[in-house]
Parts: sequence; structure tokens; C-alpha cells
Amino acid sequence: MDLELSPRYVEFRDECRTWLRDNKPADPLASMDSSVGFEEHRLWERALFEGGWSVPAWPAAYGGRDCDLIEWLIYEEEYWASGVPGRVSANGVSLLAPTIFNFGTRAQQDYFLPRMAGGEHIWAQGWSEPEAGSDLAGIKTIAVRDGDDYVVNGQKIWCSRGKYADWIFCIVRTDPTAERHAGLSYLLVPADAPGITRRTVKRLDQESGFAEIFFDDCRVSADNVLGEPGQGWAVAMAAAGSERGLSLRSPGRFMAAAERLRELAVSEAGSGLDARLRDEVVDAWIRAEAYRWQTYFVAAELMAGGDLGSEASLMKVFWSEMDLELHATALRLLGDEAEVPSDWLDGYVFALGGPIYAGTNEIQRNIIAERVLGLPRR
Amino acid sequence: MLFAFTDEHDMFRDTVRGIFANQCSAEAIRESWDSADGRVRGLWSTLAEVGVLAIMAPTEAGGLGMDEVALVRVLEEAGYGGVPEPLVEHVAVAVPALATAGASEMLVSAISGESTCTVALATGGPNVVAQVAADLVVAEHSGSLLAVDSGALTVAPKDSIDQSRRLAEISFDPDAATLLAGADVALASDRAVLGTAAQCVGVARRLLDFTVEYVKERRQFGKPVGSYQAVKHHLANVRLAIEFSAPLVYRAAWSVAHSDDAAVRGRDVSMAKATASDAVDHSCRAALQCHGAIGYTYEYDLQIWLKRGWSLSGAYGTASQHRDRVAGTLGLLG
Repeated sequence: MDLELSPRYVEFRDECRTWLRDNKPADPLASMDSSVGFEEHRLWERALFEGGWSVPAWPAAYGGRDCDLIEWLIYEEEYWASGVPGRVSANGVSLLAPTIFNFGTRAQQDYFLPRMAGGEHIWAQGWSEPEAGSDLAGIKTIAVRDGDDYVVNGQKIWCSRGKYADWIFCIVRTDPTAERHAGLSYLLVPADAPGITRRTVKRLDQESGFAEIFFDDCRVSADNVLGEPGQGWAVAMAAAGSERGLSLRSPGRFMAAAERLRELAVSEAGSGLDARLRDEVVDAWIRAEAYRWQTYFVAAELMAGGDLGSEASLMKVFWSEMDLELHATALRLLGDEAEVPSDWLDGYVFALGGPIYAGTNEIQRNIIAERVLGLPRR
Repeated sequence: MLFAFTDEHDMFRDTVRGIFANQCSAEAIRESWDSADGRVRGLWSTLAEVGVLAIMAPTEAGGLGMDEVALVRVLEEAGYGGVPEPLVEHVAVAVPALATAGASEMLVSAISGESTCTVALATGGPNVVAQVAADLVVAEHSGSLLAVDSGALTVAPKDSIDQSRRLAEISFDPDAATLLAGADVALASDRAVLGTAAQCVGVARRLLDFTVEYVKERRQFGKPVGSYQAVKHHLANVRLAIEFSAPLVYRAAWSVAHSDDAAVRGRDVSMAKATASDAVDHSCRAALQCHGAIGYTYEYDLQIWLKRGWSLSGAYGTASQHRDRVAGTLGLLG
């Protein structure tokens, strides 16, 4: 075991750090969930792409720099420590791209990946429906083959970035006679297709974080099915592993948040820090370190040919609850100022969603118990 | 750079796991409770033969010349096996202290298994473990480490709820002891904390395995109790606690082995112990709850690991003591 970064990784880190420092926007961008902020964030995506830092883990042919997992983790640490804007492209880059790499045809890869990397296509996820949340296999949105197209009817909801996104990756039912996990397909839908209506669903903080998306005889080319028709569940679950595991929430953002929390505690503690709050701050810091080292060990296993599998559920529960508790501690430190809008309050509201999205933590704990520990399903 | 254990580490771990499984069964542990010295027959000499006692001794002194990274892997197994021998004290603390001080006779005797060492460190509080089995005590005194012969001690034995821990308060005449010149008290303490954290993780893993097996078999309302979501979530939480404490132990092991910065070393060790203590406490609670009444009995072997968990959780500092130490390194103590 050797936990010191070797010289080539140090060089990589320095290059990344320098670029982020030199290219950080002078002023904070507007919220990516507003029409103005969305386009500002798209420009930031473009800047990252032109600097070669949009999708560093991808092959060079698609705009990446062929980073290995360790380099990618270093990049993420630097990214979040630098205070540059968040990634409006996260749905696409973190969730869809691994699926396109695994299941896409060459034509799909050549078309979608460069456009995703450059910020030309910003993606939203169209999985959940009013009646299909944790029980995702209850999907009712139907896509009927008609010539070279599918005709889509139904409704998706809780689509982050859904109001302004250019494309939507959906799970739809292509075989109406099949039930549950069978007969589903993974369909890539242009958001401007006729027959699509998008409506904002305000989050509890009044931000327009989500959309509900209605499909009314919406025609989508059959070329846009990702993977085999009818195999949508398997294709989707491969992406769900990415979502829960490494690619959505690298340790970098939590390490940066824990350090900001430490600074907040030091600055708020002019008259001495309450012992219980001090313990909470320490815990946040320790957890971020734990997540960091666990991630590095997992990354090393993956690089040696291992498989993350159901263990991704352990990661998801851990980071989402760590993030929530970290922000709750920040609000307790702020005391009666906590209710006044601030980055900490925004962060708290965002973190509240963590245990719910990407598969609720109750579902994740079932997966841990059944697939990691081997307990009986029923 | 390698964020993983080497094949050598893994093979050594597997060897030790096999030894504990064969020679340190629950039955053997219960027998040790009835013995005068609290030891498992024959185990110490086997551990000497395969080099466990010599992990931290330099090769030129006949040791394995390995470091804390190899050590924590073995101590995790000792926790898993419920091993009652003073492995943390002997292997992690005493042997490297004797080696640093160039106390070659005492060192040779310790790594050959001829002698058994325990330690008396301020971080460990007044209760010395396994004094009754020890020939030598490496004791902290006025900022130094001394080697004290067992015969030179005044001893007041104390009971522990864990019958594998034969406690004693000791006193001695420092003038009759040997100074271990050059041996660092802070480093010795960090090693004791680190080794205990590793054992806590091993104990937690054993409690989880024990409980998973039980809830798969035990049926109520016509189904295995392990099929109920309430039980599943308890055990998923235990697995989470273990999953995110082990890497801090490995990280701390690496820091102790490689960092020259005592503050970094101390911070990493305390992060590991705080988390491992919490993990084992959590495991004890969940294991007992998921077993129900049978887990509450003396006859059922779960109690061996429950009691080890309770005692090791506080040994060489509780979670909150170690959190305070981390707070200090983070600039949170004002």
C-alpha cells in the first residue's frame, strides 16, 4: 500500500488546479434552474470542454483525456475545492454517458457523446412517473412502434433540469403486454419534439428544479433506442449503479464542504464552540475523509478489474446522509440566521433530496441487506 | 502509489485467519477463562512460528520488518477471532519500542514467543491488560518508556466484564526498570490506538456475520426474521458503519508507518479510533437486538464478541476522546 500520489498524478493535479484557478468565472453564475442561469452554465460547460476539462475520464476521441479513475478522483477534488460553478451537464455526463459507452451503437456514440461533452446537449432524466417512484418497474409511459418511429404517450415527473434541457433519456414501455421489468426500452428523446409539454414543478425552496414532462403522440426515431428494445431495465440499472456509486458523487465535493464547515465553525466560535456542535463538525470532517479513502480503495479495485455492483448502494446511503448532516450542522452553527437565504441554506435544501433521489435510502438499505449481506428477499 | 493491500498482505492475513479459526475457537476461548493465566493453549507459540509476533521487528533482529499496514490487517483478524492474547500490546507497541531502544535480548525473547509483553500507557488509563500473562511491561513514566520485569511489579487485579481481559493496576519502582532509550511515547500510544481500532473493526465484522447467519435461520410468523425490513435495515446500517471505518484504519496505518508529522499521524489515528469505536458500539447494539433473548445468554457465543466490543470501544480512548483530539488538529478547540 502506498497512499502518496506518484509524480505523474501530482503533475496532473497541478495542471488541473492551475487551469481551474485561471478560468474560474469572476462572478457567481445565476441558478442553473433559471433560464438565464441555464445558459450561463452551458457557456461554462463550453469553457471546460475547450480547456479539456469537461469529461477528462472519456477517450480523447470524444473530448476527454483518457484519465484513469485515480486521475478522475483528483480532478473532482480539485474541481470542488476551486469553487467553480456546478455542472449543469451532470445528468448526461454522470448517468447517461456510461450507459452510451456500454450499450450505444457506434453511430449513437459518435453523435451524442461529443455534443454532450461540449455542452451542446444538456440532458434531463425521464425515469420517474407519478405512479412509478421507488417502484420504478411500474412505468406506464408507452411507446408504440410505427414505421421507423416510436409514438410516445404518457408522463414523466421529477426531471431535474427538465425544463430547459435539450434531450431527455427515458425509460418507456414498448411492449404493452409485458409486465413489470419486461417490455421496457431505453429511449433518447429530443426535448423539442412535437407532442412534448414541459411544466415546471417548484421545489420546496421555490426554485424551478424539476419538470413534469407530458408526451402526447410524440414521435421519436427508433434509432434512438439505447440497447435492445425490451432490455430497458437492464440498461437502466447499469446507469443506476453509476448514479449511486462513484460517478455522481465523488469525494471532492464533500471534502470541500467539510472544510468550509470547519471554517464556518472557527469563524462562528468567537465565544467558544458548543461541545456538541464541535463533535458534529469533527464528524463531518471524519466522514468526508472516510468517504474519500473508501472511494480510493474502491477505485483501485475497479482499476484491477473488480466490479462495484450492489456495493454502490453503500456509497449512496453514506454520501447522501453525510451531506445532509453536514449541512444541518452548518445551519445549527448559524443559529437564528440559518433561515436567512445563504449558500448553506441552499446546500441544505439540495442535500435534503439526496436520501430520496437515485433510489431512496430505504430501497438502498434493502439492496445492501439482500445483495451484499445475502438476507432473504421474503 | 497503490490504494490496496499487496498479495503479501492478503496471504499473511489468510494465514492468520486460518490459525485463529483452528486454534482459537469459542470453546478454546471459554477454556482460557478457566485458566490461571487467561491464555489459549498453544496459540502464542504458533503465532511466534508464523512471525505474527515479529511483524514490527526489523529483519536484522530476526523480525519480518513489516509495518503498521501489515499489522492492522492481522489485528483486524484478531478482533474477528475474539483472540484473548495481548496482541496489540505485544506486537504493535512493545516489540517496536524494544527494537528502537536496541534492547536486543528482550526483543529476541519477545519475537520468539518466549516472553509475553504488555503495556502501561497513559492513553490506556490505569487498567493494564494481560498482566498475569506478561513477563515484561513496557510502561510510560515521565515522558519515557521503561521495561519493567513482571516480578518487580506491585499488582492489584481488577475484573472486566470481558473474561478475556485480565486487568490489573500496577505500580513499580522506576529505578529498578530499564529505560528504553529513544522509544517515543507518542508513537507507542498511536500504535496502541491504531491496533485497537483495527481490532474493533474485526469484532464488528464478526458480530455482523454472526447475526446475518442467525437471522437467516431464525423463523417467526412463518418467515426468516432476516426477511423483515426492520431487521434488514439494522444490519445494513452495521455494514455501512464497518464499510466506512475500515478505510480510516488503513489510512491511519499508512500515516503511522510513513508520516514524519506527529500531528497528522495523531489526527489520522484518532479519526480511525473514533469511527471504529462507534462502529463496534453500533454493531453490538444491533447484533444483540437482532438476536433477541438468545443473544442475552451466557451460553450463546455472541457474548464473547459483545463484551470484546464493549471493552475495546473504550480502550485507549473512547470515540469522544478521539473526536476531541481531532478537533484540536482542526483548530476547533479555540
